[in-house]
Amino acid sequence: MTINEIQEDIIEEFAGFEDWMDKYAYLIELGTDLSGLDEKYQTESNLIKGCQSKVWFNASLENGVVKLEADSDAIIVKGIAALLIRVFNNQTPEDIMNADLKFIDEIGLKQHLSPTRSNGLVSMVKQIKMYGIAFNHVSK
Amino acid sequence: MTIDINKIRKDFPILEELIHGKPLVYFDNAATTQKPRQVVDKLVEYYYKYNSNIHRGVHYLSNKSTDGNENARVIVQNFINAKHSHEVIFTSGATESVNLVANSFGDRFISEGDEVIVSELEHHSNIVPWQLICERKKATLKVLPFNDHGELMIEKLDDLITDRTKIIAVNHISNSLGTINPIRKIIEIAHAKNVRVLIDAAQSVQHKKIDVQDLNVDFLVFSGHKIYGPTGIGVLYGKEELLNEMPPWKGGGEMISEVTFEKTTYNELPYKFEAGTPNYIDAIGLGAAIEYVESIGIENIDAYEQELLTYATEKLLSIDGLRIYGTAKEKTSVISFLVEGIHFYDMGMLLDQMGIAVRTGTHCTEPVMQHFGIDGTVRASFSFYNTKEEIDSLYNGILKVCKMFAVK
Repeated sequence: MTINEIQEDIIEEFAGFEDWMDKYAYLIELGTDLSGLDEKYQTESNLIKGCQSKVWFNASLENGVVKLEADSDAIIVKGIAALLIRVFNNQTPEDIMNADLKFIDEIGLKQHLSPTRSNGLVSMVKQIKMYGIAFNHVSK
Repeated sequence: MTIDINKIRKDFPILEELIHGKPLVYFDNAATTQKPRQVVDKLVEYYYKYNSNIHRGVHYLSNKSTDGNENARVIVQNFINAKHSHEVIFTSGATESVNLVANSFGDRFISEGDEVIVSELEHHSNIVPWQLICERKKATLKVLPFNDHGELMIEKLDDLITDRTKIIAVNHISNSLGTINPIRKIIEIAHAKNVRVLIDAAQSVQHKKIDVQDLNVDFLVFSGHKIYGPTGIGVLYGKEELLNEMPPWKGGGEMISEVTFEKTTYNELPYKFEAGTPNYIDAIGLGAAIEYVESIGIENIDAYEQELLTYATEKLLSIDGLRIYGTAKEKTSVISFLVEGIHFYDMGMLLDQMGIAVRTGTHCTEPVMQHFGIDGTVRASFSFYNTKEEIDSLYNGILKVCKMFAVK
């Protein structure tokens, strides 16, 4: 599936929730189910430190696609990280580089990605994009 | 007199707002307080009718603005019982006040090898300015620790002070734990050894009666926005003789007496420390805020907030897995807590969905969090416009969040 197809899927899923509790319960579920990051990757260099929550993030290039892993100490943040991984994992660097990230806004979670809400997610999105650019450069 | 809560709530229009479709429950008062109509009306009145730069013009409006600003200074003077109105310096807030003292007092009185003492309970604003001056002067910053209840270990203070100690900077009330510190005792111990004391009253002027002469404190700082006044205005109180000995910190208009390229002489107090066009409208707003607080009575406010604190503490402690950080005997209406297995960010986000505004994170007191070995807390802080019903909403909200996490 393309990045946009996955985003459309997510938007459709979230449209089915009747109220905020369902939506957040789903995020909690996603956060709980995300296998997270092996402890050996929970290093200082993989840590995006916000004053609200921490995000650990690891990216690698395998067979021409980007592999992403993430973890957070806050479950809602981890749930959103799980959605970001669903969108960008196994995509090519070029597609990641050119992607238009729109689902967060559309499913009403924009507040978690405000630059002043230092929960690590904004930095995570930036890093995904930067890995896209870097890996794109490497793979050429 | 008791608090007429319905009447008071009508003074704060924001309390009628709906957040995510639910009535606002505002429990972030330790970060900033809401503003009563009386304050906002005063700002509007001055902007619409009397605005003009102060101390300079000969015209009617300039005089009117100047009078408003100086009247606000007298209101602050009386509120904290300063001996002179020129001991009240207007700043942008408590942070700037601390920076002013750290830089100006530090420049004059702190030298290489000297010591400054702060407490482990301080807000970063009462740590970093001292670190900066200590670095510059090659002085040492020492720390008075607190115990696991969040109470300062005042018995250690005497040993901490040496003949190189120049100043002790501590807060009256901790912003993250709510502890009321024994500042009278601290001042006595310090003065017995000729050490000056700065009290950060940012979290206390809105709850407790402060009398700077009775306390015999050297410097006291607070912010307007935490006492129902505008943002961007704050106060530095300093003893006249100390302020007179201290050099200006910022240069500009208003603070000078005569300027030539060879030498500039400085204005007298308080203007020596108020460079540039002062924030006179917000100073006037602060005056209105203090008058509002006084119309309700600080003792009445304190008594009612203590009632809220007791009610909320009991209620919250009945929740399984909830731990309160900061269990000092003397506390103000601040409750910092965590629920086992639930991150403070998750708790804060979910409470927000229910219209409940709490603070999450380190509250600008990372050393306090480090003491407890945690990354942050959820902080609910109450004001006299809050109600027990709102505390019930918080209680039910927390239970709801616990339930969401239990069925995950």
